[in-house]
Amino acid sequence: MLAMNFRGPFRVRADRNRPMPEIKHPQDAIVRVTRSCICGSDLHLYHGLVPDTRVGMTFGHEFTGVVEELGPGVQNLKVGDHVMVPFNIACGVCPFCQQQLFGNCHESNPQATAVAGIFGYSHTAGGYDGGQAEYVRVPYANVGPTIIPDGMDLDDAVLLTDVVPTGYQAAEMGGIQKGDTVVVFGAGPVGIMAAKCAWLFGAGRVIVIDHIEYRLEFVKQYAQCEAYNFKELGDVVEFLKRTTGWYGADVCIDAVGCDAAGDAFQSLVGRKLPLTGGAATALHWAINSVKKGGIVSIVGVYGPLDTLVPIGNVVNKGITIRANQASVKRLLPILIDHVMSGRLNPKAIISHRLPLEEVAEGYHIFSAKRDNCIKPVLIPPRANA
Amino acid sequence: MENKNKPEPDKTIEADNDRKIANSSKDHIPGWGIDANPENDPTYPMKHWNGADHQRFNYEKPVQQPIDVEILHSTERPGVSRVFGTSTPPSGLSGMIRRFAFKYSESTYLHWVPLVLADRINVVEGYIDDLAHGIIPNPFAERGWPAEWKYNRKSLVTKVAVGVAITAAVVVFLNQKNKKTKKLFS
Ligand SMILES: NC(=O)c1ccc[n+]([C@@H]2O[C@H](COP(=O)([O-])OP(=O)(O)OC[C@H]3O[C@@H](n4cnc5c(N)ncnc54)[C@H](O)[C@@H]3O)[C@@H](O)[C@H]2O)c1
Ligand SMILES: [Zn+2]
Ligand SMILES: [Zn+2]
Repeated sequence: MLAMNFRGPFRVRADRNRPMPEIKHPQDAIVRVTRSCICGSDLHLYHGLVPDTRVGMTFGHEFTGVVEELGPGVQNLKVGDHVMVPFNIACGVCPFCQQQLFGNCHESNPQATAVAGIFGYSHTAGGYDGGQAEYVRVPYANVGPTIIPDGMDLDDAVLLTDVVPTGYQAAEMGGIQKGDTVVVFGAGPVGIMAAKCAWLFGAGRVIVIDHIEYRLEFVKQYAQCEAYNFKELGDVVEFLKRTTGWYGADVCIDAVGCDAAGDAFQSLVGRKLPLTGGAATALHWAINSVKKGGIVSIVGVYGPLDTLVPIGNVVNKGITIRANQASVKRLLPILIDHVMSGRLNPKAIISHRLPLEEVAEGYHIFSAKRDNCIKPVLIPPRANA
Repeated sequence: MENKNKPEPDKTIEADNDRKIANSSKDHIPGWGIDANPENDPTYPMKHWNGADHQRFNYEKPVQQPIDVEILHSTERPGVSRVFGTSTPPSGLSGMIRRFAFKYSESTYLHWVPLVLADRINVVEGYIDDLAHGIIPNPFAERGWPAEWKYNRKSLVTKVAVGVAITAAVVVFLNQKNKKTKKLFS
């Protein structure tokens, strides 16, 4: 079958000779992929920042597809169902899954206890081949895959597998109270969605920080918020203090993660060498620009190594930090409702539709921010079979 | 013969002792639990606390996926998880380094730094593997440069021109040096 094949940092290709996935466990399903996105998280793999990313792996954790084959232990699906598949692989019965922490399942990743299994996300996240392919193996198919409701656009459905729940949870973890000033670092798909969702929780003011002009323009319109280019602000923290009456933001959200720009030292030790878990520039700004007793919500992804953050300020300011991988399954019911009712319009963030054969171009355009790219989606040749 | 003087091994670190200790009587601790407050839960609403944490891993687990490829597992868990991915098992030199890395816990640099090293070596192995399978790697296509040509032609052309200029300069320089050395010795 045709699938993406990772060859090393900044090098991927569409490979026609990948083996078809097989049922390996009674609760497995095989899904024929109909839409598959490239995510900012994939860029961390693409840039070589996630340890144990092996050559020959297929990435892709945001996909929809049609059930082609089922293991004998799957009761909740039937062949032919068109499903969206949450990016977290979750067993549904471990203590973490039982308590709705589907992004922290204990029975889907042998290689690391700090993160659950994620489709196509290195061996540090379980060693699963992902959905940037014609077919994919979906474990624990009773738990994650959710039938796409009648009338829902496929482009909306595929964004419900990660971006929408992640943006929503970023806002939710912020514990936003009505009237709060919320600062979102990052105007990528996740930051855009976090800004949009902050209003649902009653934010009084939403400010987005990035340095890519076209993304700032986009988020200003799409999320009806303020947006500023940190390259033009001088000292970002000082700006945010001033614009909040010298108080500090009520809530800061890190939707950037380990590939952050804006600080030469962080970029050197976090991205170039890399000796730390990534460049924590945005997180550093978030901690320093939130108010005393404020909340910092982190959805930006960092590597497992130590990362440079001003932890002393977290203590002295009494900051509450809330962070996690999004628990997609927990949030799907409410988010399906928000999409079907028109309160959220995720598909508007899709800027590029490419055939799976052009996966290398897709990665490059998204990574290098060419052609005003916000969110690329890949369409496999058998999407309409 | 058994050594009678050998002290009893300390059982407190055994996995099954944790709950025994936690559930034992606290009568000897004045005020035990007097300020407990279930409302004090900063994990809500992301986590819906139901006490399952205190059962630890005593629940009915899914059946084990057959382990038919080499799977490395974290030292922070007793074995492989019930399901796992079977992509790209460890192989070659990078595989040896990965096996070494998995002797150390996720909490150590000895785990992560070798894995990063293995990833870099794996790239070279990838080239060799491609050639062995009659595939000539095409770094231009793999880096998505056709897109660069389409959307960022000017900078791509500059990049290539600079590359060519540097190469040409180096060639000229080496040539001249060669001539000079030849002169010296002729
Ligand atoms: N926790 C989760 O469940 C989860 C899920 C999906 C994605 N993520 C993570 O969220 C992050 C964002 O994802 P995305 O798809 O939007 O990625 P993206 O790469 O498209 O967007 C990141 C944005 O941050 C901007 N940026 C860089 N440095 C910055 C700085 N110092 N301050 C402010 N902005 C800065 C970039 O210009 C870019 O626009 C990534 O780290 C990704 O891995 C987490
Ligand atoms: Zn994603
Ligand atoms: Zn679980």
